[in-house]
Amino acid sequence: MFRRMMLIRKAEERLASDFKAGELPGSVHLYIGQEAVAVGICAHLAASDYITSTHRGHGHYLAKDGDLFAMFAEVRGRSSGICGGMGGSMHVADMSKGIIGANGIVGGGIGLAAGAALAAQLDGNGAVAVAFFGDGASAQGVVSEALNISALWKLPLILVCENNGYSEFSPTKAVISGNIADRGAAYGVPSVAVDGNDIAAMWQAAHEAIDRARSGDGPTLIEARTYRFHGHVEGEAGFLKSKYRTDEEVDERRDADPIKRFAAELVSRKVLDEAEIEEISREIGASVDDAADRAVNEPWPDVSSLESLEVR
Amino acid sequence: MIHAINDALFEEMERDERVILFGEDVGTSIFGDTRGLQQKFGRERVRDTPISETVMAGMAVGAAAAGYRVICHLMYANFIYTAFDAIANQATKLRLMTNGQIRLPIVFMAVGGGGRSNSAQHSDYPHAALASLGGLYVVTPGNSGDAKGLLKSAIRCDDPVVFLQPASRGGEMGDVPDAETLIPLGKASVTKEGADVTLVAIAAMQRPALRAAAELAEEGIDVEVVDPRTVFPLDRATILDSLKKTGRLVVVDEARQAGSMANQIAAIAAGEGFRHLRARVTCITTRDLPIAYSPPLETAMIPDAARIADGIRTLMKERAA
Ligand SMILES: Cc1ncc(C[n+]2csc(CCOP(=O)(O)OP(=O)(O)O)c2C)c(N)n1
Repeated sequence: MFRRMMLIRKAEERLASDFKAGELPGSVHLYIGQEAVAVGICAHLAASDYITSTHRGHGHYLAKDGDLFAMFAEVRGRSSGICGGMGGSMHVADMSKGIIGANGIVGGGIGLAAGAALAAQLDGNGAVAVAFFGDGASAQGVVSEALNISALWKLPLILVCENNGYSEFSPTKAVISGNIADRGAAYGVPSVAVDGNDIAAMWQAAHEAIDRARSGDGPTLIEARTYRFHGHVEGEAGFLKSKYRTDEEVDERRDADPIKRFAAELVSRKVLDEAEIEEISREIGASVDDAADRAVNEPWPDVSSLESLEVR
Repeated sequence: MIHAINDALFEEMERDERVILFGEDVGTSIFGDTRGLQQKFGRERVRDTPISETVMAGMAVGAAAAGYRVICHLMYANFIYTAFDAIANQATKLRLMTNGQIRLPIVFMAVGGGGRSNSAQHSDYPHAALASLGGLYVVTPGNSGDAKGLLKSAIRCDDPVVFLQPASRGGEMGDVPDAETLIPLGKASVTKEGADVTLVAIAAMQRPALRAAAELAEEGIDVEVVDPRTVFPLDRATILDSLKKTGRLVVVDEARQAGSMANQIAAIAAGEGFRHLRARVTCITTRDLPIAYSPPLETAMIPDAARIADGIRTLMKERAA
């Protein structure tokens, strides 16, 4: 799990620098700081389980074993991208791994996950579906609708709300009433609020929720409280007139960096020492750079590739 | 175009205190069109909403029915789909169903279109779907001056209006009249006169259309460029007058052709304008697919000046043959 979190971190740091260099088309929303959520959940999932994700989807994709090189190629819009360059950063998907995909519509993935949970229930193979969504997304009506129907039908669905404190440039408390984790109770859906920067707590909460879903006992709502270290979208400083959060706040939150915390825990339990952690970081950084570098010169998709995608 | 829209919002909110505006992060203003409004008019009248398009659009209808002039900013045009029920089932229907008891002065604002690799869920231009609803004006400007005058009229209109701004024209400056210039809804304009062919170009397509016209002028083809400005209700008279003069029609639209405004305009030419036509009508649109992310694919999908000029050249050659 530590390696997987580190992989997400390094991959996204590389995307940040590629974006800064003006090499990436479109917009890029980074997950840096939230890695423990995706990894804590996906550690329990197999390729036969489904996830749906958000506009901030690289972390979920990589946590669910999405291919690194194919992600970089996708974000660069190349033909070898995981979606052939059709979708880009906001739409990374790999059905062979149960990754139904990132989503440009806030709340858009939630109904899809409920549908995948329905399919899993019909298949009767014990598979589950996880919907990742943000605190901002929890203002969408589909969250209530999904809680209601999944509780009624006992769907194997796990609703994971990643509360990172902001909905674009609005602080969560300005747009969300009450506690998100309290909402499940009204529908009879077991719900927990978890420290989303604590990998052990995430893993445990996920374990219980996924167990419940696999044994046919229906949905769970997990509110993972976390923080994003980067902006809502890369390059946002260019169009924002003023700051919506202080540098001090971001610095303060860095103390609770989930990777730093996990590393400290591993060292204190003598699982790894500082030098080994350093080595893991270096090694993963090198493999990330290798994948990212390879994506740079991949060919663009040919216009003819659109033809097979037409409804005829 | 953004500054023109911003001007219009300031002026109309200043003029009428019953104008209110809400949307996601309109205080911060992602596009810059609502910048400064919250500071000027306060958080009561200019509200940041949660991400709840369903209730936002519903509230626009309710607040308008109850006496306010509502501007509901839906950010990207694709999010109109999330708000669609209240627009399609409520906003467009209530005037008729209540026999005119309810009037709904609402402007649904959104930014549409591609060109910036925002991918399929952020690149639609859904004016045709909205125009097909019937109970709502669909306004979409092609330059900054029109954007200001149209938006001011839209805010003063007693019926719902969708004001769709082309994303690719956001940074464009162009002339913006300072004075109280209102542009009537439902009135097209001729943005360049010409004698040989009528080129109807919607919203963002005005720029490549004018560019193509300039290029063709050097080859001796005299293009008349028309901007419908309001796509519902459509100003048939201006289009037909132009067609009468030129005898040829090309329509360019940054939207898919199936069920499109381009087809609608072609149908007007084939119907009322039939006797003026000297050549087949040509529609230049995006492919009947969502917009792809990869830059070369996106570029190939959205009509540009070269494609427009080629379309017109081909049409002119057909006359010679
Ligand atoms: C239906 C819809 N409305 C609005 C947006 C614009 N938008 C994109 S991300 C975002 C904020 C999402 O906040 P949250 O759900 O908390 O996720 P986070 O960005 O914090 O990961 C908004 C408003 C959108 N993409 N889709």
